[in-house]
Amino acid sequence: MTVIHPNLEAVDPKMSAEGVSVYYGDKQAIKDVSIAIPAKYVTAFIGPSGCGKSTFLRALNRMNDTIPSARVEGQIELDGEDIYSNKMDVVQLRARVGMVFQKPNPFPKSIYDNIAYGPRIHGIFEQKGDLDGIVESSLRRAGLWDEVKDRLNDPGTALSGGQQQRLCIARAIAVDPEVILMDEPCSALDPIATAKIEELIAELSSRYAIVIVTHSMQQAARVSDRTAFFHLGEIVEYGRTSDIFTNPIEQRTKDYITGRYG
Amino acid sequence: MVLGLALAGWLSARSRAWALRANSGSRLASLPNYHGWYVGLWIFVPTIIFVFIWDAISPNLVIQSVLASPAADGLPAIDSARLDALREARAVASGALASTTNPDALPMVAPFSDALSQYRWIGIALTVIIAGAAGAWSYLRVKPDFGARTRVERVIMAMLILASLVAVFSTFGILASLIFETFRFFEMVSPIDFLFGTFWSPDPMANPDNPDPTRYGAIPLFWGTLLIGAVIAMIVAIPVGMMSAIYLTQYAHPRFRAWAKPALEILAGVPTVVYGYFAALTVAPMIRDIAMSVGIANASSESALAAGLVMGVMIIPFVSSMADDSIAAVPQAMRDGSLAMGATTSETIKQVLVPAALPGIVGGVMLAISRAIGETMIVVMAASTAANLSANPLDSMTTVTVQIVAMLTGEGSFDHPATLSAFALGFILFLVTLALNFVALSVVKRYREAYE
Ligand SMILES: Nc1ncnc2c1ncn2[C@@H]1O[C@H](COP(=O)(O)OP(=O)(O)OP(=O)(O)O)[C@@H](O)[C@H]1O
Ligand SMILES: [Mg+2]
Repeated sequence: MTVIHPNLEAVDPKMSAEGVSVYYGDKQAIKDVSIAIPAKYVTAFIGPSGCGKSTFLRALNRMNDTIPSARVEGQIELDGEDIYSNKMDVVQLRARVGMVFQKPNPFPKSIYDNIAYGPRIHGIFEQKGDLDGIVESSLRRAGLWDEVKDRLNDPGTALSGGQQQRLCIARAIAVDPEVILMDEPCSALDPIATAKIEELIAELSSRYAIVIVTHSMQQAARVSDRTAFFHLGEIVEYGRTSDIFTNPIEQRTKDYITGRYG
Repeated sequence: MVLGLALAGWLSARSRAWALRANSGSRLASLPNYHGWYVGLWIFVPTIIFVFIWDAISPNLVIQSVLASPAADGLPAIDSARLDALREARAVASGALASTTNPDALPMVAPFSDALSQYRWIGIALTVIIAGAAGAWSYLRVKPDFGARTRVERVIMAMLILASLVAVFSTFGILASLIFETFRFFEMVSPIDFLFGTFWSPDPMANPDNPDPTRYGAIPLFWGTLLIGAVIAMIVAIPVGMMSAIYLTQYAHPRFRAWAKPALEILAGVPTVVYGYFAALTVAPMIRDIAMSVGIANASSESALAAGLVMGVMIIPFVSSMADDSIAAVPQAMRDGSLAMGATTSETIKQVLVPAALPGIVGGVMLAISRAIGETMIVVMAASTAANLSANPLDSMTTVTVQIVAMLTGEGSFDHPATLSAFALGFILFLVTLALNFVALSVVKRYREAYE
């Protein structure tokens, strides 16, 4: 059972999960998880390796559909709509709930085409000029514009790791999603690139609901407003980040954040 | 026998190494096995080289000693009769022939069998001596601090180098002979007439000293080759190969894929003659009937279309397995990235996977083309041997390789320009396929670099 911190203020959830379980074949990776993810906040998922953080994150935009053995039970809603219902168009859902992966994965295309990819497939621009505008504003919001504005036609793979990751974030925000899911977005980056991404997250949270999975306690403390501690497929404790880190209720949470195991 | 000796060396050296290890109690610089290999190789390599040399020279030594015998005085003076007699006598002596009726050969049998057995014993003795010497020398070097391991490594490397040189040198050898004959041809028929002439009908019976250059225009052949191998076949192979690769990598159930992919690759193993039957007996008449039924009266039963279609089927596996490999090699993260952007599977394939895999796909197509334009059998059986410069795929047409065969097996003498033209054709074809392979390999290489 999840322990919810008493002074967690109730806000309208952007996304909410009710009794969600995820199975890979016979193996249950997520056990009856319920959580509300508020808009315009950064929510961090922390927990030891293999506890199901990525699995749960992927359930939020139905990326688990791409794994044949994966099966999701329970209810996940986006703005009150059940995302696993037949009426929900997966393609639309993923445009509204974007995702940034652990390893930067720019497409083997030019920087420009990487950003333009989403707007093109969703047809969310009128003319070529609009597309240029979307590319520029996405790159600006990702803090990458000044570094790449002279070489938009270079391949995205030619950028440094940190730049590639910001390119992937720019690519995700180019379709103007409502929620951005980030799975350990800084784990392949050095501290300077990490600091840039963290700054970016702070900025983006004024517009989007952001969920970030991280193994770095400091990072969770720095960037997030709320933190959920996962353990063995369950959310053990959920509350304001400051509460979780300063006075955790559950023993397992205490042990984890003080580095006793994990 | 050589192997046996080597094995003995291997065993004895190994046991000696074990014994050394047990006696001194110290660690050997190399494992006993390596000492075994070291001695074994030392015995095997020189001995096997000697055996080959001996095989080559001993027949001559035998003949010499036979000719030196008194019985040789009775041999006929005429060269061919003399050689015949010698050959028969040798056959009888070595047991390949039961007896001979050749009166000249009979007296030679006894000296032959003497000489043969004598030299065989000499050969065996020398083999044993060499093996023993090499073995003894290397055996004595088996000491605790001896680095047999690195030396065995060196020998193995040398053998690998040798093996690859065989391939390289035979390529050069083939090329050299091709170039030589091509030059002879171009002395008789100018390269300009050959490369730009539009009429191909060499006459192997014409006067070889004064060939008619207007009959040696190779353009119809290259046109036929291109149309059949690079156009019609590719129109079949590229879409079918690509689509099956995409289906197999992206949509198919793993169990279906495990079954279908090898099945597809079996297509590549079907002998081309079988495809030829199929083209000539099934596809070509079918095309003719269809052409007739839509009102094309003069459709021939041998058409470029039939050959090209069947050839296309033949090379589907080349295209699809290269495409399959390179699509499967696109990192999963790329696919996830696109799907997470809200792209559908087919958008992901079209916009991300295929572009990312394109160099590999292009490489596969290039290899397929070079395979197709080198193909002979299907064309011989389905598209005839008549050179025809025509844009109509229903016409009969021929290709470079078919003409090479036709010219080499024709009635012309070997020096005749019609025969030699086969080498010129082969040379040009070689250059074309070489260029294609070169482009294909460099494209594939660039693609590898992009992902590492
Ligand atoms: N594709 C899959 N097929 C089968 N089992 C899987 C698959 N992906 C993950 N799992 C299992 O599900 C459990 C949760 O994995 P998940 O990747 O969600 O953990 P995580 O918390 O993200 O770990 P990490 O911090 O190491 O990324 C693990 O036990 C893992 O072995
Ligand atoms: Mg994970």
